[in-house]
Amino acid sequence: MDKKEKRNLIAKRIAQEIQPGEVVNLGIGMPTLVANFIEDGENILIQSENGVLGVGPAPEEGQEDPDLTNAGGQPVTIIPGGVGFDSAESFSIIRGGHLDSTVLGALEVDQEGNLANWMIPGKLVPGMGGAMDLVVGAKKVIIATEHVNKNGAPKILKKCTLPLTAEKEVDMIVTELCVIEITEEGAVLREVAEQSSIEEVQDKTEADLIIPDNVGVLK
Amino acid sequence: MIEILSAKESVKQITDGSTVMVGGFLATGTPETLVDALQEQGTGKLTLVANDTSFPEKGIGKLIVSNQFEKVIVSHIGTNKYTGEKMNNGELEVDLVPQGTLAEQVRAAGAGLGGILTPTGIGTVAEEGKQKLTVDEKEYILAEPIEGDVALIKAEKADKNGNLVYRLSARNFNPLMAKAAKVVIAEVGEIVEPGELDPDEVITPGVYVDYLVRREEG
Repeated sequence: MDKKEKRNLIAKRIAQEIQPGEVVNLGIGMPTLVANFIEDGENILIQSENGVLGVGPAPEEGQEDPDLTNAGGQPVTIIPGGVGFDSAESFSIIRGGHLDSTVLGALEVDQEGNLANWMIPGKLVPGMGGAMDLVVGAKKVIIATEHVNKNGAPKILKKCTLPLTAEKEVDMIVTELCVIEITEEGAVLREVAEQSSIEEVQDKTEADLIIPDNVGVLK
Repeated sequence: MIEILSAKESVKQITDGSTVMVGGFLATGTPETLVDALQEQGTGKLTLVANDTSFPEKGIGKLIVSNQFEKVIVSHIGTNKYTGEKMNNGELEVDLVPQGTLAEQVRAAGAGLGGILTPTGIGTVAEEGKQKLTVDEKEYILAEPIEGDVALIKAEKADKNGNLVYRLSARNFNPLMAKAAKVVIAEVGEIVEPGELDPDEVITPGVYVDYLVRREEG
């Protein structure tokens, strides 16, 4: 699978988690792709923390509105019935429990549901932006990530080593190899991709995985 | 009394060492005419309060490149490589704050509050050096108000009483900052007579605003 196929598989699987009528915030990068797999007519509202509820698809070339962008600064559209608001309002929606799910990337995520995705000390310090609020505030936190980092090392760990974005807030991890649910008991392997195997997932994961009798197929 | 000024006149309110709030989110909703005037004025040793440091060629990021800040209080610096460079070589102090906390700290200053309690950042480096309080068995960080000397904000339209309306995602931090600084300068696309704005459409009542500046398209 090339990078694009991996990313599309992850995004497509996450889209299945978003229920009709939900309000969802999609992070920058791979999480943004999830929108491509949400079916029309499901009445799903996409929130963007820069102050839009009801984000629509990217505008056609030449139709960009400089006053209408997403949290990554890219031009977007607004659906009929969508609204714009200020940043305090935006984070009231997020922190106040009015957001059903958030989809974010990860540098590291662990079996306790801890997430690190905002800095690598001494190397990369972009800042947390809205991520800390999103992870604390959303009812469901879904992580979209490739299974291993670019050096082939596991990203799903027993314990995060990088500075955390939030403690014990992650609910689900979707990679190109599997779906993992974080529960009170630990990290449960729910699905494995058709081309992969439980053995491959375990081999590429540092976290202890609970393997139930009925592991589904990720597609 | 609201005064209508040129951008150049208005930014004279900003002097070396001022704390300046600037609206915008990755340059969307940033008052570019005022930013350009401040760059031309060349005032330095400023503290910036903003969502981010934008891009090197756009929005408030231009003033990072022209070395006008001593300190920035922002949630994100990843889109402007000069911010990280200057931080790493000790030229610029960077205080990174979760975005929702920053919004509330600015709002608190404008609303006369002594701060807000947020669960965001508990268990992370964001809680370091901060006072924590427990309410109903849940832990919160006390985030203190952030006030500015001058706020540079962007609105779509104003009336001559300083009432402001905004557009779409260009609103972001602007209405919050309009309440949180001693002097508020609003850059607008159009200035109309009192009565021409629908009272229910106004987001920022003119009571918060000191000066209006007409946006230069460019």
